[in-house]
Amino acid sequence: MMNVIWGFLMLSGIAVAAATGRMDTLTQGLFNGAKDAVVVSFGLISIISFWLGMMQIAERSGLIRAVARVVRPFAKWLYPSVPVDHPAMGSLIANMSANILGLGNAATPLGLKAMDELQSLNQEKDTASDAMCTLLALNTASLTLIPATMIGLRLEFHSKNPSGIVVDTMLATLIATSAAIFLDRFYRRRARRKRQRTMDIAA
Amino acid sequence: MNVLTFLSNLMLPSTLALILVIGIMRRVPLFDTFIEGAKEGFGTSINLIPQLIAMMVAVSIFRSSGALTLLIHAVQPLLVRLHFPSELLPLALLRPISGAGSLAVVTDLFKTHGPDSLIGRMASVMQGSSDTTLYVLTVYFGSVGIRNARYAVKVGLLSDLVSAFASVLAVYLLQK
Repeated sequence: MMNVIWGFLMLSGIAVAAATGRMDTLTQGLFNGAKDAVVVSFGLISIISFWLGMMQIAERSGLIRAVARVVRPFAKWLYPSVPVDHPAMGSLIANMSANILGLGNAATPLGLKAMDELQSLNQEKDTASDAMCTLLALNTASLTLIPATMIGLRLEFHSKNPSGIVVDTMLATLIATSAAIFLDRFYRRRARRKRQRTMDIAA
Repeated sequence: MNVLTFLSNLMLPSTLALILVIGIMRRVPLFDTFIEGAKEGFGTSINLIPQLIAMMVAVSIFRSSGALTLLIHAVQPLLVRLHFPSELLPLALLRPISGAGSLAVVTDLFKTHGPDSLIGRMASVMQGSSDTTLYVLTVYFGSVGIRNARYAVKVGLLSDLVSAFASVLAVYLLQK
């Protein structure tokens, strides 16, 4: 799917640029895109290293385990394939907490740590596991309580009520996240049924 | 009314303080432990460069060539029939593929319509209630070398569709 999307974006872009004689903007877009990617990766070094450092302290002190105990039933329901006392569960919970607290730039490092630990449970190393798909579903929908960036931008544009969108955002994000969880479960079940069927045929 | 802004600004320092205070209480060597964890950050970030270059070049080409505008024109009639405001269409299509790009569109909408207009508020909610799906997929799967994303891409993009409609609906329902 990622291959299809990538091919589509590249080829349709090149085709449209050729048809409309915008080859020079295309070349510029190409270099800007590549440069941005490197800038983003280097930008990530700072924030990922920082939060992984803090996480190590939180883990060593037992804070993560304490939080995990509280949200365990919910996490168990979301990630049935991850053993509750596996380190991956701690990172999954930390990532979830960061999203909910609105610590957007902490959520990514913690999510990547969770991916790394889920990979140790994964049997096919180049294929996403069920738990990885759920983690992605939650993070692409990104449950947000306080949209800090948007409040800031609205303030900049002299909004009379910069934080007046908070309740609306909560409602929208709640609907979207529920949809993401539902869709993830739906496709997971379908994939499992398909696998079962091929196994039956093989037997 | 800026209690919420205040609270959200308080969230980061209080989380950091909580982690450090509990660390001290449990006699964790703070500095050494931090360094131990932070070491892994460099490799993780550098490993992402190839995937990010591939994706960000494709998105940049797609936008700068005018292909995005073409796509917007193509789906416009359908979405207008579903009562989706046509001013928000570029934002809805750009939101899942480029975070910086969609933020630029929001800024533009604020300039034309004002942040407190119906369109301005819907744009705020749409930008704030979702994340850049393509970026998240690239970074998360890229970091551990997953090549087969299975149904994750489908789930991510479908929930973006839900998110776009939910943003319009939420502002619509909650307007006084």
